[in-house]
Amino acid sequence: MGRKLLTEHVNVEGIETFKVYRQHGGYRAVEKALKMMPEEVVEEVKKSGLRGRGGAGFPTGMKWSFLAKPEGVPRYLVCNADESEPGTFKDRYLMSKLPHLLIEGMIAGSYALGARTSYIYIRGELLYVLRILEKAIAEAYANGFLGENIQGSGYSLDLHVHPGGGAYICGEETALLESLEGKRGNPRNKPPFPAVQGLYARPTVVNNVESIAAVVPILNLGGDEYAKIGVGKSTGTKLFSACGHLNKPGIYELELGVPVEEFIYSDEYCGGIWKGRELKAVVAGGSSVPILPKELILKTAAGENRLMTYESLSDGGFVTGTMLGSGGFIAMDETTCIVKNTWNFSRFYHHESCGQCSPCREGTGWLEKVLHRLEHGHGSMHDIDLIVSVAKQIEGNTICPLGEAAAWPVAAAVRHFRDEFEWHVTHPKEATAPGAAYRGNLVLA
Amino acid sequence: MEPTTAAKPQFSPAAQAEIKRLLTHYPDDRRKSALLPVLHIAQAEFGGWVSPEVQDLVAEVLDLKPIEVYEVSTFYTMFNLKPVGKHVIEICRTGPCMLRGSDELTAQLERLTGAKVGGNSPDGNFTLKEVECLAACGFAPVVQVREQYYESLDTPEAVDAMLRELRGMVHRPILPWEENGLPTSLQNN
Repeated sequence: MGRKLLTEHVNVEGIETFKVYRQHGGYRAVEKALKMMPEEVVEEVKKSGLRGRGGAGFPTGMKWSFLAKPEGVPRYLVCNADESEPGTFKDRYLMSKLPHLLIEGMIAGSYALGARTSYIYIRGELLYVLRILEKAIAEAYANGFLGENIQGSGYSLDLHVHPGGGAYICGEETALLESLEGKRGNPRNKPPFPAVQGLYARPTVVNNVESIAAVVPILNLGGDEYAKIGVGKSTGTKLFSACGHLNKPGIYELELGVPVEEFIYSDEYCGGIWKGRELKAVVAGGSSVPILPKELILKTAAGENRLMTYESLSDGGFVTGTMLGSGGFIAMDETTCIVKNTWNFSRFYHHESCGQCSPCREGTGWLEKVLHRLEHGHGSMHDIDLIVSVAKQIEGNTICPLGEAAAWPVAAAVRHFRDEFEWHVTHPKEATAPGAAYRGNLVLA
Repeated sequence: MEPTTAAKPQFSPAAQAEIKRLLTHYPDDRRKSALLPVLHIAQAEFGGWVSPEVQDLVAEVLDLKPIEVYEVSTFYTMFNLKPVGKHVIEICRTGPCMLRGSDELTAQLERLTGAKVGGNSPDGNFTLKEVECLAACGFAPVVQVREQYYESLDTPEAVDAMLRELRGMVHRPILPWEENGLPTSLQNN
């Protein structure tokens, strides 16, 4: 068993209350931070090597150090709790089970950045989690960890939770800020980046729930100690949301570096594929990352064991690799129809496109339509090249990365499972029969 | 004779107090920030949907132009713009739920409630709505009814139990997590 830094006490009775959380070492990181200079807190996070846990994997400490600090202008820390990347459900779990961990991270982070008001933007569907957080925040105020002059340090902070309204795009940080200002969630052009002009045009840092929570063990252990956990530049522990055709789907906190094969098959983790079936493919980091066939998710193209790290999962680039992304690990068994699954994801991105950039608004629509006809036995061979071409023309031509998120899964599905798309064209009748997934030879790139 | 007009909607005192509290979260010149939370309150107050009149009321309360509310209410999928049944069942249809039977679940719910996706049941009890990922993929297939998640609905028994529970509800609790506890997945994990 690896170390658990975030979820160590998750099963303790009453851990969602201030009292029990405190008894288990809670708020020590805040006490420690308040005795340090804010820049020293930033330095510890830099030393830890923590990379953004929302999906992009950008070093958190570096993001913090980019924050502009003009005299007399308020600045903000905003927590991105708009978890909606298909396959990802770790933040919801963390917030509902350990609300004080996020609050503690928010206090330490806000202190490091000099924010006096901070927000947790939570997706609207999770109103019940919002109520859990608000209850915990009230406890933190009552115990002198929020509000004026926290623990006699002279530092003051207000923390609020803000619900979204059902829009995947608001997980993009500038769309999230627009939404927090009471507008449609249209991503902003960058530059200016939020670090310079974010919420209310003031300097702002936006971090994922798990990134902010990780600040707590980083401060408790020290950045250097934290960096010793994991492999290479993939430091620390990470929550993985395992779902799809697994015997034991759920949330697992891993020290980065566990072999993918062990994660899937070991009884300590996912316990193998359900119903005694074979694994067919995995989407390893949330629906946006390239799908890989069994052969390439278990081993790299060079034949090395693939590990649950940022570097190992992206080994081989997009030709034979994928990305760690948000840690949303979707396993598919041998009966899964890749064409249907790709169509499903394309429908998702079409539905969630905010509509402001033509390549994404129109392109996601065409991807959905053409994939729909391929899946339902009305497609042609030309359609297969058409979706690859549409995906290419979305990629890189949009304001925000939803364009890439929509394009990558399609390109990867055709790259690794082209024969399956072709089978849908050559066997239109079988393709539409219930449960008629193609089980032919996998074509490896 | 005066034409009869529907009474202008008004927020209850409890909702007004909650809106007042919410407005303290944002700078004084940024009242618009409270728009999404206030729309949620409005939807809970006025029968699970936001009519044009209710949206106008929201605009009035926040000193906004009505269009500023309309353009937001039409962007975010959680706000229902048409009358809904007593229980709005939001079925997750995205990949991980599909892999574990959301298509079958949808068909089953249509059969058992008499509602079609996007519409209401004849008895007015249910509205079926397909939604995208609800962030509960490990407990698929999943539906949301108001603030409550119903998870692992992969057997007819589980679906029956949910519908029985919903049919038996005398009123819709505003804070189901307080009255019913957390969803099972969160209790067990």
